[in-house]
Amino acid sequence: MFYENTIKLVVIQYYLSKRREGIQETMRIYLDNAATTKMSKTAIDAMYPYMDTVYGNPSSLHSAGQAAAEALAEARRQISACIGASPEEITFTSGGSESDNQAILSAARMGERKGKKHIISTAFEHHAVLHTLKKLEKEDFEITLLDVHENGVIAPEQVKAALRDDTCLVTVMYANNEIGTIQPIAEIGKICRAGNILFHTDGVQAAGHLPINVNEQNIDMLSLSAHKFHGPKGIGILYARKGIPLTTLIEGGAQEQGRRAGTENIPAVVGMAAALCEACSRRENTAKQVRMLRDKLIAGLSQIPHSVLNGDVTNRLPGNVNFCFEGIEGESLLLYLDGKGICASSGSACTSGSLEPSHVLLAIGRIHEIAHGSLRLTLSEENTEEQVLYTVKMVGEAVAYLRSISPVWRDLVSGKKKFILK
Amino acid sequence: MALYSEKVMDHFRNPRNAGVIENADGIGQVGNARCGDIMKIYLKIENDIITDVKFETFGCGSAIASSSMATELIKGKPISEALTLTNQAVAQALDGLPAHKLHCSVLAEEAIKKALQDYYEKKGMKL
Repeated sequence: MFYENTIKLVVIQYYLSKRREGIQETMRIYLDNAATTKMSKTAIDAMYPYMDTVYGNPSSLHSAGQAAAEALAEARRQISACIGASPEEITFTSGGSESDNQAILSAARMGERKGKKHIISTAFEHHAVLHTLKKLEKEDFEITLLDVHENGVIAPEQVKAALRDDTCLVTVMYANNEIGTIQPIAEIGKICRAGNILFHTDGVQAAGHLPINVNEQNIDMLSLSAHKFHGPKGIGILYARKGIPLTTLIEGGAQEQGRRAGTENIPAVVGMAAALCEACSRRENTAKQVRMLRDKLIAGLSQIPHSVLNGDVTNRLPGNVNFCFEGIEGESLLLYLDGKGICASSGSACTSGSLEPSHVLLAIGRIHEIAHGSLRLTLSEENTEEQVLYTVKMVGEAVAYLRSISPVWRDLVSGKKKFILK
Repeated sequence: MALYSEKVMDHFRNPRNAGVIENADGIGQVGNARCGDIMKIYLKIENDIITDVKFETFGCGSAIASSSMATELIKGKPISEALTLTNQAVAQALDGLPAHKLHCSVLAEEAIKKALQDYYEKKGMKL
């Protein structure tokens, strides 16, 4: 009771201070679910007891510790069931980046021992993959990055054609984080299995949104991150098929069967399991609902002249929308939309502090000038049709405003320069 | 959003002097679309006084705000004074810019100097 009252008081004080500052609490439309998602109530509720009463260390022999160890084992069972794996094939990590790093380095060390130092991947992987591969290049690994075509989908035959006698790993993401395109991972996995080559997939954007079964899809290693499916941040999974020795990134205790040291983050693990079970059980319904919103958003934004949808129209994540608008720059678009209560993302260079725009947009063949004017909107089941209509209107307004003060746009309209986008 | 100061947001949302001057006495354009930043400044000059100034910008929020603020700082001022405008003065007038956005204020300074140079060249004089 005392606790609840304290929370209420804090909330009231927060809103009063906002009012004093003259900040209006406007409607907020969250369209950045590829960056992170809101935690589900199920996940929050599942976590609470493991911060409050069951706070033991799973490595401790006493009953408090064993209660935590049981929770850890149960979460591992639940998660493995969601992806068709065995519990002992699941390693808990700090998230997608760590899982990607560990998977790739493990495969590289295995390959190295057999004199195999060639890795196949794609040009538009997440930086957690690309930067790890870069590091391996310095150790004389050879990396082949497959072309991802204008629609952002690779063909399994490309993998087949790139295989060599010394290939030790193929790593291809399940779905791209910026343009949402879905890769034919089951077919790629099949090719790898036939060639006795390890196949890793970064499934961070796919989990909870697309079907995952490590056996049916011939996956040897899989990276997942809880906060992309309404779970907590800072926790993830590395699935590694039985018999694959993992190289440790963190040395210390014997947790996680010696694959990752450090006291397990029990509340986060439990929250992740709850979130994944919920997301997987509702997946088809959620996907249908979100896909409908996505297609409405795409149809609305396509009305803006001189714009283009990035990535395949249908072969993409249910919630992903990504456009380029000619003659404007993406960061200013985000800023304008934020002022209208819309949280979005961009592959513009200005958001990252570098001069280079998104490597994903460059990989699908967008030239710099166009790639700078990108906008990513990623939906969840929390969004509504009303929000989509409002967003279409506001993006139209923002693009028109920014074009009205853009010298690039003036040159295009006056015919001094030729339009690149229709 | 705490990325930018209130002043930057104000100049981004309500830019001063956005637009074009037909038959401008001096025009300066800097940056390039490949890098995601283009700034264009138009000047009207009478008796060595900048009587009117307009800008067009393709770029991020701070680039738009920097050009808006820079035009405010030189409007109605003599050329000699406009030539002393520094990027620090632009950034300061905006209550600061994030470190990785300081180059936006540099672009504003350069665009104005380039427009003044254009004015002198048109008159066959040296800056």
